[in-house]
Amino acid sequence: MSETSSSLTLPDPSPRKTSFSGTLYRGNEGMWSWVLHRITGVAIYFFLLVHVLDTALIRVSPEAYNAVMATYKNPIMGLGEVVLVGAVVLHALNGLRIILVDVWPWATRNQRPLFWIVMGVVVVLMAYFVPNHLINVFSPMEGAE
Amino acid sequence: MSTTIENPNYAYPARSKRGPSFEKAGWIFMRASGVVLVVLIFGHLAYNLIWTPGGISAIDFGFVGGKLADPFWRWWDVTMLWLAILHGSNGMRTIVNDYVHKPRIRQIALGAIAVAAAILILLGTLITFTFDPCPPTADPSLLPSFCADL
Repeated sequence: MSETSSSLTLPDPSPRKTSFSGTLYRGNEGMWSWVLHRITGVAIYFFLLVHVLDTALIRVSPEAYNAVMATYKNPIMGLGEVVLVGAVVLHALNGLRIILVDVWPWATRNQRPLFWIVMGVVVVLMAYFVPNHLINVFSPMEGAE
Repeated sequence: MSTTIENPNYAYPARSKRGPSFEKAGWIFMRASGVVLVVLIFGHLAYNLIWTPGGISAIDFGFVGGKLADPFWRWWDVTMLWLAILHGSNGMRTIVNDYVHKPRIRQIALGAIAVAAAILILLGTLITFTFDPCPPTADPSLLPSFCADL
């Protein structure tokens, strides 16, 4: 690399003014997207472990598989599935944002508005998913268990 | 107000070692698998939970058996299994490396992640490809409808 004499000028992030003081790092959208990505990632990982095992019961017997699937149809689990799908959608869209921020200089500069775009798309997708899913949880079709 | 970083091009390369880098391969894998997983998992959720009438309430042996009898869904599911387990396990590896500082405990945690990944990939793949949607001794009312024609 011969270009070592240039310099890079970045606008200062504008931290929110709060009454907190001390050394606690209070990041903005970039930090919170990182925190949410970790938390949702870990949550999805542990669900994935369980989900492979419950699906494995399909190899045991129809009765065993249907028994474990019945637990997913419980209303409390149904609400948990809303949280899980929300975590998956957020992790997926924020992951796409991370890729853009990595490869596209414009996105690097605009990672902050991109975070809010991600949150907006999450809200739109969940507005489609949640009513459909809750109807299936709380008033299942005739004949379906 | 702005921050000026003098000479952002550091004089030394980030990595002096030549040759393939596991960490770089992992970095690329997370992005490549991530894009594919968005398609596979959004499709999985939309098909199973929304587009199939009844959604979660309709998922049973008959429904999943019918899906797994179709090579399209078999390959969809097995690709999703491999990529999701590897992507998730690599993410957990990153988190353990970040927060677990005692070498012995870190080793145990990383080993547990690797063992869990190997077992689940093996189990899931075996099940997908050895699955019989119409087990001969099972109650016919629990089976996919096409089993009656066999």
